[in-house]
Amino acid sequence: MKFYAFHLMPYADLDQDYDKSYDSAWVTLPNSYYDPQKGHKLYHRYLDELEYCDQLGYDGICVNEHHQTAYSLMPVPGVTAGALARRSKNANIALLGRALPLVNNPLTIAEEFAMLDNITGGRFVAGFVRGIGAEYHSSGVNPAESKERFDEAHDLIIRAWTETGPFRFAGKYYHFEHVNTWPRPYQQPHPPVWIPSQGSSETIEFAAHPDRKYTYLQTFAPTEVLKKYTSMYREVAEKYGYTASKDQIGWAAQTYVAETDEIAYREAKPHIESFLQKYMRMPKQMLLPPGYTSLRSMKFAMKARGTMIGNPQTIDDVLNSGMFVCGSPSTVRDKLKEYQKEIGFGTFLPTVQFATLPHDLTMKNIEMFAKEVMPHFRGE
Amino acid sequence: MQFKELIETIDGCKVRVMRNGSGEPLLFLHGGGASSDWLPFMDKLSKKFDVIVPEHPGFGKSETADWLDNIGDLAYFYLDLLEHFGLEGVNLVGNSLGGWTALELAIRNQTRLKSLTVISPAGIDLPDVPKGDVFLWTGEQTVRNLFHSEELAEAVLSRPMPDDEQDRAMKSNVTAARLGWQPPLYNPHLAKWLHRISVPTLILWGDDDKLIPKDYGPAFQKLIPGSTLQIIENCGHVPQVECEKEFVDTVTSFIAGGAS
Repeated sequence: MKFYAFHLMPYADLDQDYDKSYDSAWVTLPNSYYDPQKGHKLYHRYLDELEYCDQLGYDGICVNEHHQTAYSLMPVPGVTAGALARRSKNANIALLGRALPLVNNPLTIAEEFAMLDNITGGRFVAGFVRGIGAEYHSSGVNPAESKERFDEAHDLIIRAWTETGPFRFAGKYYHFEHVNTWPRPYQQPHPPVWIPSQGSSETIEFAAHPDRKYTYLQTFAPTEVLKKYTSMYREVAEKYGYTASKDQIGWAAQTYVAETDEIAYREAKPHIESFLQKYMRMPKQMLLPPGYTSLRSMKFAMKARGTMIGNPQTIDDVLNSGMFVCGSPSTVRDKLKEYQKEIGFGTFLPTVQFATLPHDLTMKNIEMFAKEVMPHFRGE
Repeated sequence: MQFKELIETIDGCKVRVMRNGSGEPLLFLHGGGASSDWLPFMDKLSKKFDVIVPEHPGFGKSETADWLDNIGDLAYFYLDLLEHFGLEGVNLVGNSLGGWTALELAIRNQTRLKSLTVISPAGIDLPDVPKGDVFLWTGEQTVRNLFHSEELAEAVLSRPMPDDEQDRAMKSNVTAARLGWQPPLYNPHLAKWLHRISVPTLILWGDDDKLIPKDYGPAFQKLIPGSTLQIIENCGHVPQVECEKEFVDTVTSFIAGGAS
């Protein structure tokens, strides 16, 4: 199994009482809640944490993109990935991912990713996402056009990486007389593409297609949902006439390891609950704008997510549902073994810091996971 | 309340049309929600007019059209609908998104129109007068913000909504987003051409409109030559429902007088 450390880089200094005045940490929470002096320190702290993951032998370190939120401070993830590109030496840098529909010129993403791939000498994984619903409220991009824009931007980027330019591109949303991307990617024909998702049949149909065979990453979901979508990926692959490899399936989950189950529980509790109750807090209308998913998925999601957004969840809720992996090294090893046996993912992406989890506990978590969990899965 | 229910194929899209009454044709274009019911104001107008109420492509019980990308597409569709039914001398009436569509239609081709009535239409933007962000409102907030009367809002909220109706509302909301998400409920190029409208035009606005505030009324009046603005008191965004009698009387006398 491969291990990629994930970091959301949240605004950990967020006033935890913000929700007495505002209904979400997203889109409309005034940016007066952000203190640049504190933000400056946080960025360096977080980059140090990911660099430490590289030193300890994680296979990859991951950053991602969100906008107008205290949940994550990486609206331009190429900056974070660029900062990591020189200081990290061995780990792949996985940018999971850029939200393709949000830009008016997807070639800027082809260029940004190609630069990162060149600078790192191929230590780069390209993530493509649609962006969560809230990004459509922040960017003004029409959610009803999201899927079409994603598909078209994806095709344009892959062609820009793989075809000799210049060539014309005449789409519905994007139009270019001269597509001729410099630099070309370092990895040929192009960097591996991963598709992070909270679960959607459309996304799986897309990722599993034999022309693509992209790695599907299930993010932040109960194990029941993880099982459902990973089996769906395998079934879709079989329907296309091939058997999906375990490298095509990854799972990302908040993870906390400490000396004993009791210590892990006690240390993680306030921070994972802050994550659930403060940072993820969002009305359904914000998470699921009209047209963002098919009507079928929308109906399902409105029901399935009913308990997740806006309703306070506790550490026990997410431990029971399997969304949070937490405990002593042996507990975490056992859980990962059990899930891997049952679900068969090839990559696990522990989110090593969440919400208000402070630096010392984050570094301890990173170290204990690397030294007492990862070695037990090497060679598998 | 009797009406004929028609399924017409126009521009390759099967649309549901409710129709009743006789007299001059009156084409009503509904707003951003689904409008599958033959409402009391339609019934009253049908005593004097040949009332035609289509459900827009992508709304309610009409099919979704793959060509429907923006409000201009909807305006051209309704020009085709006028031709399809062979309608002349049409009194065109539209509310909110439907009022915006009516204006977009009129700047393109008003030869089949006799009069135009727009009720709290979307379509333009006043930088200092923000509209409500209807796509961030919960279902309950939307109902409360559409009406002036709290009792009416309570009555609407207490009515159970069957599953198929919920599905149609969700589908209609997706099409409304497709047409009105960006720019939010307006077309930056519409205001430039509203001066072309030469049929008699009535602009109606509820004085307590929380979606498109009543300040938009005078702005439209200034842009449409010779238009009349009438503010309805103690009324929200859908006067044809909330202030039905005043609405029906006003439209009827406008068409009888101003538009003759």
